[in-house]
Amino acid sequence: MGVTMDPLLVTATAGKDQPEKSRTTHPAKTQAKLRVVDLNFYYGKVQALHAISLDIAANRITALIGPSGCGKSTFLRSLNRMHEMVRHARAEGQILLDNQNALEMEVSQLRRRVGMVFQKSNPFPKSIFDNVAYGLRVNGLKGKGTLREAVERSLVRAALWDEVKDKLHKSAYAISGGQQQRLCIARALAVDPEVLLLDEPCSALDPIATAKIEELLFELKNQCTIVIVTHNMQQAARVADFTGFFLLGELIEFNETGIIFKTPAKKETEDYITGRFG
Amino acid sequence: MNYRTLWRKSVNAVMFSLTGLATVLTVSVLFFILGYLVWYGGRAINWDFFTKLPKPVGETGGGMANAIVGSVKLLLLATLTGVPIGFMGGVYLAEFGGKTFSFLLRYTTDLLNGVPSIVMGIFAYTMVVLPMKHFSTLAGGLALGVMMIPIAVRSTEEFLRTVPVTLREGALALGACKWKAITTVVIPAAIRGILTGIILDLARVAGETAPLLFTAFNNRFWSPGWNQPTASLPVMIFTYAIAPYEDWHRQAWAAGLVLLGLVLLTNITARVVLARKLSSAAG
Repeated sequence: MGVTMDPLLVTATAGKDQPEKSRTTHPAKTQAKLRVVDLNFYYGKVQALHAISLDIAANRITALIGPSGCGKSTFLRSLNRMHEMVRHARAEGQILLDNQNALEMEVSQLRRRVGMVFQKSNPFPKSIFDNVAYGLRVNGLKGKGTLREAVERSLVRAALWDEVKDKLHKSAYAISGGQQQRLCIARALAVDPEVLLLDEPCSALDPIATAKIEELLFELKNQCTIVIVTHNMQQAARVADFTGFFLLGELIEFNETGIIFKTPAKKETEDYITGRFG
Repeated sequence: MNYRTLWRKSVNAVMFSLTGLATVLTVSVLFFILGYLVWYGGRAINWDFFTKLPKPVGETGGGMANAIVGSVKLLLLATLTGVPIGFMGGVYLAEFGGKTFSFLLRYTTDLLNGVPSIVMGIFAYTMVVLPMKHFSTLAGGLALGVMMIPIAVRSTEEFLRTVPVTLREGALALGACKWKAITTVVIPAAIRGILTGIILDLARVAGETAPLLFTAFNNRFWSPGWNQPTASLPVMIFTYAIAPYEDWHRQAWAAGLVLLGLVLLTNITARVVLARKLSSAAG
Protein backbone atom coordinates (compact mmCIF):
# COMPACT_ATOMS: atom_id res chain seq x y z
CA MET A 1 0.00 0.00 0.00
CA GLY A 2 2.64 2.54 0.87
CA VAL A 3 5.03 4.08 -1.55
CA THR A 4 7.69 4.58 1.05
CA MET A 5 11.23 4.72 -0.13
CA ASP A 6 13.05 5.53 3.02
CA PRO A 7 13.63 2.47 5.22
CA LEU A 8 13.59 4.70 8.28
CA LEU A 9 10.09 5.78 7.41
CA VAL A 10 8.96 2.23 6.97
CA THR A 11 10.02 1.29 10.46
CA ALA A 12 8.21 4.29 11.81
CA THR A 13 4.99 3.27 10.10
CA ALA A 14 5.14 -0.28 11.28
CA GLY A 15 2.84 -1.16 14.09
CA LYS A 16 0.29 1.54 13.43
CA ASP A 17 -2.98 0.33 12.16
CA GLN A 18 -3.72 1.92 8.85
CA PRO A 19 -7.16 1.87 7.29
CA GLU A 20 -7.35 -0.27 4.20
CA LYS A 21 -8.51 2.54 1.95
CA SER A 22 -5.69 4.95 2.60
CA ARG A 23 -3.33 5.02 -0.31
CA THR A 24 -0.36 6.77 1.08
CA THR A 25 0.43 7.27 4.67
CA HIS A 26 3.66 8.66 5.81
CA PRO A 27 4.94 9.25 9.19
CA ALA A 28 7.65 11.65 9.96
CA LYS A 29 10.84 10.86 11.69
CA THR A 30 9.78 13.26 14.37
CA GLN A 31 6.58 12.94 16.30
CA ALA A 32 3.37 13.67 14.41
CA LYS A 33 1.60 16.84 15.45
CA LEU A 34 -1.40 16.31 13.24
CA ARG A 35 -2.55 12.91 12.14
CA VAL A 36 -5.11 12.72 9.38
CA VAL A 37 -6.78 9.35 8.98
CA ASP A 38 -8.98 8.45 6.05
CA LEU A 39 -10.36 11.92 5.46
CA ASN A 40 -13.19 12.21 2.93
CA PHE A 41 -14.48 15.64 2.10
CA TYR A 42 -17.69 16.61 0.36
CA TYR A 43 -19.15 19.81 -1.05
CA GLY A 44 -22.78 18.75 -1.08
CA LYS A 45 -22.76 15.62 -3.22
CA VAL A 46 -19.41 16.30 -4.85
CA GLN A 47 -16.54 14.52 -3.21
CA ALA A 48 -13.50 16.80 -3.09
CA LEU A 49 -11.10 14.63 -1.11
CA HIS A 50 -10.79 10.85 -1.24
CA ALA A 51 -9.51 8.94 1.78
CA ILE A 52 -6.59 11.16 2.62
CA SER A 53 -4.26 9.89 5.31
CA LEU A 54 -1.05 11.54 6.34
CA ASP A 55 0.94 12.55 9.36
CA ILE A 56 2.21 16.08 9.76
CA ALA A 57 5.45 16.20 11.66
CA ALA A 58 5.89 18.49 14.62
CA ASN A 59 8.25 21.43 14.11
CA ARG A 60 8.69 20.72 10.45
CA ILE A 61 7.43 22.42 7.32
CA THR A 62 5.08 20.34 5.24
CA ALA A 63 4.26 21.58 1.74
CA LEU A 64 1.21 20.56 -0.26
CA ILE A 65 1.50 20.88 -4.02
CA GLY A 66 -0.69 20.01 -6.96
CA PRO A 67 -2.59 21.62 -9.83
CA SER A 68 -5.49 24.01 -9.22
CA GLY A 69 -8.61 22.27 -7.99
CA CYS A 70 -6.74 19.24 -6.72
CA GLY A 71 -8.06 19.69 -3.20
CA LYS A 72 -4.93 20.88 -1.42
CA SER A 73 -6.56 24.08 -0.18
CA THR A 74 -9.67 22.16 0.85
CA PHE A 75 -7.45 19.78 2.77
CA LEU A 76 -5.62 22.65 4.45
CA ARG A 77 -8.85 24.37 5.42
CA SER A 78 -10.29 21.22 6.90
CA LEU A 79 -7.34 21.11 9.32
CA ASN A 80 -8.73 24.04 11.29
CA ARG A 81 -12.27 23.55 10.03
CA MET A 82 -12.50 26.76 8.03
CA HIS A 83 -14.62 24.73 5.62
CA GLU A 84 -17.50 25.03 8.07
CA MET A 85 -18.10 28.52 6.70
CA VAL A 86 -19.19 26.93 3.44
CA ARG A 87 -22.69 25.60 3.42
CA HIS A 88 -23.07 21.85 2.72
CA ALA A 89 -19.33 21.26 3.11
CA ARG A 90 -18.49 18.36 5.37
CA ALA A 91 -15.46 16.40 6.40
CA GLU A 92 -15.58 12.74 7.38
CA GLY A 93 -12.78 10.81 8.93
CA GLN A 94 -10.32 11.69 11.60
CA ILE A 95 -8.07 14.64 12.15
CA LEU A 96 -6.08 14.21 15.31
CA LEU A 97 -4.29 17.11 16.89
CA ASP A 98 -2.03 15.65 19.57
CA ASN A 99 -4.35 12.65 19.57
CA GLN A 100 -7.43 14.78 20.19
CA ASN A 101 -10.14 14.67 17.57
CA ALA A 102 -10.08 18.08 15.90
CA LEU A 103 -13.40 17.49 14.17
CA GLU A 104 -15.15 17.22 17.50
CA MET A 105 -13.25 19.87 19.38
CA GLU A 106 -14.83 23.22 20.23
CA VAL A 107 -14.11 25.06 16.99
CA SER A 108 -12.78 28.35 18.32
CA GLN A 109 -10.51 26.37 20.65
CA LEU A 110 -9.17 24.44 17.67
CA ARG A 111 -8.55 27.60 15.66
CA ARG A 112 -6.60 29.15 18.50
CA ARG A 113 -4.29 26.15 18.40
CA VAL A 114 -4.22 25.88 14.61
CA GLY A 115 -3.78 29.33 13.07
CA MET A 116 -4.12 30.25 9.43
CA VAL A 117 -2.64 32.72 6.96
CA PHE A 118 -4.53 33.26 3.73
CA GLN A 119 -3.60 33.65 0.09
CA LYS A 120 -4.59 37.28 -0.04
CA SER A 121 -3.41 39.29 2.92
CA ASN A 122 -6.50 40.25 4.89
CA PRO A 123 -5.63 42.83 7.51
CA PHE A 124 -8.65 44.18 9.36
CA PRO A 125 -9.58 47.82 8.80
CA LYS A 126 -7.92 48.70 12.08
CA SER A 127 -4.53 49.94 13.21
CA ILE A 128 -1.46 47.71 12.96
CA PHE A 129 -1.50 47.32 16.73
CA ASP A 130 -5.17 46.39 16.87
CA ASN A 131 -4.70 43.87 14.08
CA VAL A 132 -2.04 41.97 16.01
CA ALA A 133 -3.92 42.35 19.29
CA TYR A 134 -7.17 41.10 17.77
CA GLY A 135 -6.73 37.41 18.51
CA LEU A 136 -5.47 38.16 22.01
CA ARG A 137 -8.45 40.36 22.78
CA VAL A 138 -10.86 37.80 21.39
CA ASN A 139 -9.29 35.32 23.75
CA GLY A 140 -9.92 37.61 26.66
CA LEU A 141 -6.44 39.06 27.16
CA LYS A 142 -6.65 42.54 28.59
CA GLY A 143 -4.29 45.09 30.06
CA LYS A 144 -2.36 47.61 28.00
CA GLY A 145 1.07 46.46 29.14
CA THR A 146 0.45 42.78 28.46
CA LEU A 147 -1.04 43.50 25.05
CA ARG A 148 1.78 45.84 24.06
CA GLU A 149 4.35 43.23 25.01
CA ALA A 150 2.55 40.47 23.13
CA VAL A 151 2.11 42.65 20.04
CA GLU A 152 5.79 43.55 20.00
CA ARG A 153 6.82 39.93 20.44
CA SER A 154 4.60 38.79 17.59
CA LEU A 155 5.79 41.52 15.25
CA VAL A 156 9.38 40.64 16.07
CA ARG A 157 8.66 36.97 15.35
CA ALA A 158 7.12 37.95 12.02
CA ALA A 159 10.23 40.06 11.24
CA LEU A 160 8.10 43.17 10.88
CA TRP A 161 8.81 45.03 14.11
CA ASP A 162 11.61 47.26 12.80
CA GLU A 163 9.52 48.35 9.83
CA VAL A 164 6.37 49.26 11.73
CA LYS A 165 7.42 50.09 15.28
CA ASP A 166 6.97 53.83 14.66
CA LYS A 167 3.56 53.51 13.08
CA LEU A 168 1.78 50.93 15.21
CA HIS A 169 -1.27 53.13 15.39
CA LYS A 170 -1.48 53.81 11.67
CA SER A 171 -3.98 51.91 9.55
CA ALA A 172 -2.89 48.45 8.49
CA TYR A 173 -3.69 49.44 4.91
CA ALA A 174 -0.90 52.03 4.97
CA ILE A 175 1.86 49.42 4.63
CA SER A 176 2.98 47.48 1.55
CA GLY A 177 1.46 44.19 0.39
CA GLY A 178 4.42 42.14 1.61
CA GLN A 179 4.31 43.88 4.97
CA GLN A 180 0.56 43.29 5.18
CA GLN A 181 1.09 39.58 4.67
CA ARG A 182 3.74 39.51 7.40
CA LEU A 183 1.29 41.47 9.57
CA CYS A 184 -1.24 38.69 9.01
CA ILE A 185 1.42 36.17 10.04
CA ALA A 186 2.17 38.25 13.15
CA ARG A 187 -1.54 38.36 13.90
CA ALA A 188 -1.77 34.58 13.62
CA LEU A 189 1.37 34.13 15.76
CA ALA A 190 0.08 36.42 18.51
CA VAL A 191 -2.17 33.72 19.91
CA ASP A 192 0.76 31.27 20.00
CA PRO A 193 -0.68 28.62 17.69
CA GLU A 194 0.80 25.14 17.78
CA VAL A 195 0.25 24.71 14.06
CA LEU A 196 0.35 27.41 11.39
CA LEU A 197 -1.47 26.78 8.12
CA LEU A 198 -0.51 28.92 5.13
CA ASP A 199 -2.62 28.94 1.99
CA GLU A 200 -0.40 30.14 -0.86
CA PRO A 201 0.86 32.99 1.30
CA CYS A 202 3.23 34.37 -1.32
CA SER A 203 1.17 34.15 -4.47
CA ALA A 204 0.49 37.89 -4.53
CA LEU A 205 3.97 38.96 -3.47
CA ASP A 206 7.12 39.97 -5.31
CA PRO A 207 10.28 37.81 -5.01
CA ILE A 208 11.83 39.96 -2.29
CA ALA A 209 8.77 39.82 -0.07
CA THR A 210 8.51 36.09 -0.82
CA ALA A 211 12.11 35.54 0.26
CA LYS A 212 11.43 37.35 3.53
CA ILE A 213 8.46 35.16 4.29
CA GLU A 214 10.34 31.97 3.44
CA GLU A 215 13.15 33.02 5.72
CA LEU A 216 10.58 33.67 8.39
CA LEU A 217 9.10 30.19 8.00
CA PHE A 218 12.51 28.65 8.66
CA GLU A 219 12.76 30.48 11.93
CA LEU A 220 9.20 29.76 12.93
CA LYS A 221 9.49 26.03 12.62
CA ASN A 222 11.40 25.89 15.87
CA GLN A 223 8.29 27.14 17.59
CA CYS A 224 5.44 25.63 15.67
CA THR A 225 4.43 23.13 13.04
CA ILE A 226 3.91 24.60 9.57
CA VAL A 227 1.77 23.41 6.69
CA ILE A 228 1.98 25.43 3.49
CA VAL A 229 0.01 25.10 0.28
CA THR A 230 1.91 26.43 -2.70
CA HIS A 231 1.67 26.58 -6.45
CA ASN A 232 5.31 27.36 -6.64
CA MET A 233 7.31 24.15 -6.73
CA GLN A 234 10.61 25.89 -6.20
CA GLN A 235 9.14 27.27 -3.04
CA ALA A 236 8.13 23.83 -1.83
CA ALA A 237 11.60 22.54 -2.66
CA ARG A 238 13.24 25.45 -0.83
CA VAL A 239 11.30 25.51 2.39
CA ALA A 240 9.62 22.19 3.02
CA ASP A 241 10.89 19.17 4.93
CA PHE A 242 8.02 17.06 3.64
CA THR A 243 5.95 17.44 0.51
CA GLY A 244 2.61 15.96 -0.45
CA PHE A 245 1.37 15.86 -4.03
CA PHE A 246 -2.39 16.12 -4.54
CA LEU A 247 -4.20 15.28 -7.74
CA LEU A 248 -7.97 15.18 -8.30
CA GLY A 249 -8.73 15.01 -4.61
CA GLU A 250 -6.27 12.25 -3.85
CA LEU A 251 -2.96 12.33 -2.09
CA ILE A 252 -0.79 10.72 -4.74
CA GLU A 253 2.47 10.80 -2.92
CA PHE A 254 3.83 12.06 0.36
CA ASN A 255 7.44 11.91 1.42
CA GLU A 256 10.51 13.87 2.29
CA THR A 257 10.84 16.84 -0.02
CA GLY A 258 14.17 15.64 -1.42
CA ILE A 259 12.69 12.31 -2.42
CA ILE A 260 9.55 13.83 -3.95
CA PHE A 261 11.58 16.17 -6.13
CA LYS A 262 14.44 13.87 -7.02
CA THR A 263 13.06 10.36 -7.12
CA PRO A 264 9.29 10.44 -7.00
CA ALA A 265 7.70 7.02 -6.83
CA LYS A 266 4.67 7.82 -8.94
CA LYS A 267 4.48 8.72 -12.57
CA GLU A 268 1.91 11.47 -11.90
CA THR A 269 4.18 13.17 -9.41
CA GLU A 270 7.08 13.11 -11.81
CA ASP A 271 4.96 14.47 -14.63
CA TYR A 272 3.71 17.33 -12.51
CA ILE A 273 7.09 18.22 -11.11
CA THR A 274 8.78 18.17 -14.47
CA GLY A 275 6.03 20.38 -15.84
CA ARG A 276 4.39 17.90 -18.19
CA PHE A 277 0.95 18.87 -16.96
CA GLY A 278 -0.86 20.91 -14.39
CA MET B 1 -13.98 55.69 -44.04
CA ASN B 2 -16.21 52.83 -44.97
CA TYR B 3 -19.91 52.61 -44.35
CA ARG B 4 -19.73 50.38 -41.25
CA THR B 5 -17.31 52.62 -39.41
CA LEU B 6 -19.39 55.64 -40.25
CA TRP B 7 -22.52 53.91 -38.98
CA ARG B 8 -20.84 52.87 -35.74
CA LYS B 9 -19.49 56.32 -35.17
CA SER B 10 -22.84 57.96 -35.68
CA VAL B 11 -24.62 55.47 -33.38
CA ASN B 12 -21.95 56.18 -30.81
CA ALA B 13 -22.45 59.92 -31.15
CA VAL B 14 -26.24 59.69 -30.91
CA MET B 15 -26.18 57.45 -27.84
CA PHE B 16 -23.59 59.62 -26.18
CA SER B 17 -25.70 62.75 -26.74
CA LEU B 18 -28.86 61.03 -25.48
CA THR B 19 -27.31 59.80 -22.24
CA GLY B 20 -25.58 63.16 -21.79
CA LEU B 21 -28.84 65.00 -22.29
CA ALA B 22 -30.60 62.80 -19.72
CA THR B 23 -27.82 63.49 -17.21
CA VAL B 24 -28.00 67.24 -17.77
CA LEU B 25 -31.79 67.14 -17.36
CA THR B 26 -31.60 65.19 -14.11
CA VAL B 27 -28.99 67.45 -12.59
CA SER B 28 -30.66 70.64 -13.76
CA VAL B 29 -34.00 69.65 -12.22
CA LEU B 30 -32.19 69.16 -8.92
CA PHE B 31 -30.43 72.49 -9.17
CA PHE B 32 -33.62 74.20 -10.25
CA ILE B 33 -35.45 72.95 -7.15
CA LEU B 34 -32.55 73.79 -4.86
CA GLY B 35 -32.13 77.24 -6.38
CA TYR B 36 -35.82 77.99 -6.14
CA LEU B 37 -35.90 76.88 -2.51
CA VAL B 38 -32.83 78.88 -1.54
CA TRP B 39 -34.09 81.95 -3.44
CA TYR B 40 -37.61 82.07 -2.01
CA GLY B 41 -36.82 80.48 1.34
CA GLY B 42 -33.76 82.62 1.87
CA ARG B 43 -35.78 85.81 1.37
CA ALA B 44 -38.41 84.75 3.88
CA ILE B 45 -36.12 83.39 6.57
CA ASN B 46 -35.17 85.47 9.58
CA TRP B 47 -34.27 85.05 13.25
CA ASP B 48 -37.92 85.14 14.30
CA PHE B 49 -38.58 82.10 12.16
CA PHE B 50 -36.35 80.01 14.44
CA THR B 51 -37.38 81.53 17.76
CA LYS B 52 -41.07 82.49 17.62
CA LEU B 53 -44.32 80.58 17.58
CA PRO B 54 -46.75 81.04 14.66
CA LYS B 55 -48.81 84.23 14.89
CA PRO B 56 -52.61 83.99 14.98
CA VAL B 57 -54.31 83.99 11.58
CA GLY B 58 -54.37 87.45 10.08
CA GLU B 59 -51.22 88.76 11.74
CA THR B 60 -47.97 88.75 9.81
CA GLY B 61 -44.59 87.68 11.21
CA GLY B 62 -43.98 85.00 13.78
CA GLY B 63 -42.01 81.83 13.19
CA MET B 64 -42.02 78.04 13.33
CA ALA B 65 -39.86 77.31 16.34
CA ASN B 66 -42.35 74.71 17.54
CA ALA B 67 -42.39 72.96 14.16
CA ILE B 68 -38.60 72.82 14.00
CA VAL B 69 -38.40 71.27 17.46
CA GLY B 70 -41.36 69.04 16.59
CA SER B 71 -39.64 67.71 13.45
CA VAL B 72 -36.40 67.07 15.35
CA LYS B 73 -38.29 65.13 18.02
CA LEU B 74 -40.26 63.13 15.46
CA LEU B 75 -37.12 62.23 13.53
CA LEU B 76 -35.27 61.34 16.71
CA LEU B 77 -38.03 58.99 17.78
CA ALA B 78 -38.25 57.54 14.26
CA THR B 79 -34.50 56.90 14.20
CA LEU B 80 -34.49 55.36 17.66
CA THR B 81 -37.25 52.91 16.77
CA GLY B 82 -36.69 52.24 13.06
CA VAL B 83 -32.90 52.09 12.81
CA PRO B 84 -32.12 49.47 15.50
CA ILE B 85 -34.80 47.14 14.13
CA GLY B 86 -33.74 47.69 10.53
CA PHE B 87 -30.05 47.38 11.35
CA MET B 88 -30.45 44.13 13.25
CA GLY B 89 -32.66 42.76 10.49
CA GLY B 90 -29.99 43.66 7.94
CA VAL B 91 -27.30 41.92 9.99
CA TYR B 92 -29.49 38.83 10.16
CA LEU B 93 -30.10 38.80 6.41
CA ALA B 94 -26.45 39.33 5.52
CA GLU B 95 -24.88 37.03 8.07
CA PHE B 96 -27.29 34.40 9.31
CA GLY B 97 -30.28 34.03 7.01
CA GLY B 98 -30.97 30.76 5.27
CA LYS B 99 -32.17 30.63 1.70
CA THR B 100 -35.97 30.44 1.71
CA PHE B 101 -36.58 32.42 4.87
CA SER B 102 -34.22 35.20 3.75
CA PHE B 103 -35.95 35.39 0.42
CA LEU B 104 -39.30 35.80 2.15
CA LEU B 105 -37.89 38.36 4.52
CA ARG B 106 -36.29 40.37 1.72
CA TYR B 107 -39.46 40.23 -0.28
CA THR B 108 -41.64 41.43 2.60
CA THR B 109 -39.16 44.21 3.34
CA ASP B 110 -39.41 45.39 -0.24
CA LEU B 111 -43.18 45.23 -0.02
CA LEU B 112 -43.10 47.25 3.18
CA ASN B 113 -40.93 49.79 1.39
CA GLY B 114 -43.58 50.06 -1.28
CA VAL B 115 -46.47 50.66 1.12
CA PRO B 116 -47.81 54.19 0.48
CA SER B 117 -46.89 56.51 3.32
CA ILE B 118 -50.51 57.45 3.95
CA VAL B 119 -51.22 53.79 4.69
CA MET B 120 -48.42 53.86 7.26
CA GLY B 121 -50.25 56.81 8.74
CA ILE B 122 -53.48 54.83 9.00
CA PHE B 123 -51.55 51.98 10.58
CA ALA B 124 -50.06 54.22 13.27
CA TYR B 125 -53.44 55.88 13.70
CA THR B 126 -55.09 52.53 14.40
CA MET B 127 -52.28 51.17 16.56
CA VAL B 128 -51.40 54.25 18.63
CA VAL B 129 -53.80 57.15 18.18
CA LEU B 130 -57.05 55.21 18.64
CA PRO B 131 -56.03 53.34 21.82
CA MET B 132 -54.54 56.52 23.29
CA LYS B 133 -57.50 58.56 22.12
CA HIS B 134 -55.37 61.54 21.04
CA PHE B 135 -52.78 62.61 18.47
CA SER B 136 -49.19 62.65 19.70
CA THR B 137 -45.50 63.02 18.86
CA LEU B 138 -45.24 59.38 19.85
CA ALA B 139 -47.69 58.24 17.17
CA GLY B 140 -46.03 60.37 14.48
CA GLY B 141 -42.54 59.23 15.44
CA LEU B 142 -43.58 55.57 15.37
CA ALA B 143 -45.23 55.98 11.96
CA LEU B 144 -42.00 57.45 10.57
CA GLY B 145 -39.97 54.80 12.39
CA VAL B 146 -41.83 51.96 10.68
CA MET B 147 -41.22 53.71 7.38
CA MET B 148 -37.48 53.74 8.08
CA ILE B 149 -37.20 49.99 8.67
CA PRO B 150 -37.11 48.67 5.07
CA ILE B 151 -34.35 50.95 3.83
CA ALA B 152 -32.35 50.42 7.02
CA VAL B 153 -32.63 46.64 6.52
CA ARG B 154 -31.66 46.64 2.88
CA SER B 155 -28.83 49.16 3.10
CA THR B 156 -27.32 47.40 6.12
CA GLU B 157 -27.55 44.08 4.32
CA GLU B 158 -26.04 45.39 1.08
CA PHE B 159 -23.10 47.09 2.77
CA LEU B 160 -22.35 44.09 4.97
CA ARG B 161 -22.29 41.94 1.85
CA THR B 162 -19.58 44.12 0.32
CA VAL B 163 -17.21 43.20 3.18
CA PRO B 164 -14.81 40.63 1.70
CA VAL B 165 -15.22 37.09 2.96
CA THR B 166 -11.46 37.04 3.64
CA LEU B 167 -11.96 39.45 6.55
CA ARG B 168 -14.52 37.14 8.13
CA GLU B 169 -12.18 34.20 7.62
CA GLY B 170 -9.34 36.14 9.20
CA ALA B 171 -11.36 36.80 12.33
CA LEU B 172 -12.75 33.26 12.58
CA ALA B 173 -9.29 31.76 12.05
CA LEU B 174 -8.10 33.64 15.14
CA GLY B 175 -10.67 31.85 17.25
CA ALA B 176 -13.35 34.52 17.20
CA CYS B 177 -16.88 33.20 17.27
CA LYS B 178 -19.21 34.30 14.53
CA TRP B 179 -20.92 37.02 16.52
CA LYS B 180 -17.58 38.44 17.68
CA ALA B 181 -16.29 38.48 14.10
CA ILE B 182 -19.39 40.33 12.95
CA THR B 183 -19.32 42.96 15.67
CA THR B 184 -15.59 43.58 15.76
CA VAL B 185 -14.57 43.20 12.11
CA VAL B 186 -17.43 43.00 9.64
CA ILE B 187 -19.63 45.84 10.93
CA PRO B 188 -16.72 48.26 11.49
CA ALA B 189 -15.57 47.56 7.92
CA ALA B 190 -19.01 48.47 6.56
CA ILE B 191 -20.02 51.19 9.01
CA ARG B 192 -19.46 54.15 6.67
CA GLY B 193 -21.74 52.70 4.04
CA ILE B 194 -24.37 51.66 6.55
CA LEU B 195 -24.39 55.15 8.03
CA THR B 196 -24.79 56.72 4.59
CA GLY B 197 -27.77 54.45 3.96
CA ILE B 198 -29.35 55.39 7.28
CA ILE B 199 -28.90 59.11 6.63
CA LEU B 200 -30.56 58.76 3.23
CA ASP B 201 -33.30 56.88 5.02
CA LEU B 202 -33.68 59.72 7.51
CA ALA B 203 -33.68 62.31 4.74
CA ARG B 204 -36.47 60.41 3.05
CA VAL B 205 -38.79 60.31 6.07
CA ALA B 206 -37.88 63.86 7.11
CA GLY B 207 -40.08 65.15 4.31
CA GLU B 208 -42.98 62.75 4.85
CA THR B 209 -46.23 64.60 5.42
CA ALA B 210 -48.99 62.08 4.87
CA PRO B 211 -48.25 59.76 7.83
CA LEU B 212 -48.09 62.77 10.16
CA LEU B 213 -51.45 64.25 9.18
CA PHE B 214 -53.45 62.03 11.49
CA THR B 215 -50.76 60.86 13.92
CA ALA B 216 -48.77 63.89 15.04
CA PHE B 217 -51.48 66.16 13.64
CA ASN B 218 -50.46 69.80 14.07
CA ASN B 219 -50.16 72.34 16.82
CA ARG B 220 -49.79 76.12 16.79
CA PHE B 221 -48.13 76.03 20.22
CA TRP B 222 -45.33 74.17 21.90
CA SER B 223 -45.82 70.47 22.44
CA PRO B 224 -43.95 69.41 25.58
CA GLY B 225 -43.26 65.74 26.12
CA TRP B 226 -44.34 63.02 23.70
CA ASN B 227 -48.05 62.79 24.36
CA GLN B 228 -49.49 65.84 22.65
CA PRO B 229 -50.14 66.70 19.05
CA THR B 230 -47.14 68.48 17.57
CA ALA B 231 -46.30 70.77 14.70
CA SER B 232 -43.74 69.53 12.17
CA LEU B 233 -42.10 71.23 9.22
CA PRO B 234 -43.68 69.13 6.43
CA VAL B 235 -47.21 69.51 7.81
CA MET B 236 -46.61 73.23 8.34
CA ILE B 237 -45.43 73.56 4.74
CA PHE B 238 -48.58 71.79 3.60
CA THR B 239 -50.85 73.96 5.75
CA TYR B 240 -49.14 77.23 4.92
CA ALA B 241 -48.72 76.64 1.21
CA ILE B 242 -52.43 76.07 0.60
CA ALA B 243 -53.53 79.00 2.78
CA PRO B 244 -54.66 82.20 1.06
CA TYR B 245 -52.12 84.47 2.79
CA GLU B 246 -49.02 85.87 1.10
CA ASP B 247 -47.05 85.87 4.37
CA TRP B 248 -47.80 82.17 4.96
CA HIS B 249 -46.55 81.30 1.49
CA ARG B 250 -43.24 82.98 2.27
CA GLN B 251 -43.02 81.06 5.55
CA ALA B 252 -43.73 77.79 3.76
CA TRP B 253 -40.70 78.43 1.56
CA ALA B 254 -38.60 79.20 4.62
CA ALA B 255 -39.80 75.97 6.24
CA GLY B 256 -38.76 74.03 3.15
CA LEU B 257 -35.29 75.53 3.32
CA VAL B 258 -34.97 74.79 7.04
CA LEU B 259 -36.06 71.19 6.49
CA LEU B 260 -33.38 70.79 3.83
CA GLY B 261 -30.85 72.38 6.17
CA LEU B 262 -31.85 70.02 8.96
CA VAL B 263 -31.20 66.96 6.81
CA LEU B 264 -27.89 68.41 5.62
CA LEU B 265 -26.86 69.18 9.19
CA THR B 266 -27.62 65.61 10.32
CA ASN B 267 -25.63 64.30 7.42
CA ILE B 268 -22.57 66.44 8.17
CA THR B 269 -22.70 65.84 11.93
CA ALA B 270 -22.89 62.08 11.47
CA ARG B 271 -19.93 62.13 9.13
CA VAL B 272 -17.81 64.31 11.38
CA VAL B 273 -18.60 62.21 14.45
CA LEU B 274 -17.85 59.01 12.57
CA ALA B 275 -14.58 60.34 11.14
CA ARG B 276 -13.45 61.38 14.61
CA LYS B 277 -14.49 58.08 16.12
CA LEU B 278 -12.65 56.09 13.45
CA SER B 279 -9.47 58.10 13.76
CA SER B 280 -9.53 57.85 17.55
CA ALA B 281 -10.11 54.11 17.32
CA ALA B 282 -7.03 53.85 15.15
CA GLY B 283 -4.96 56.29 17.17
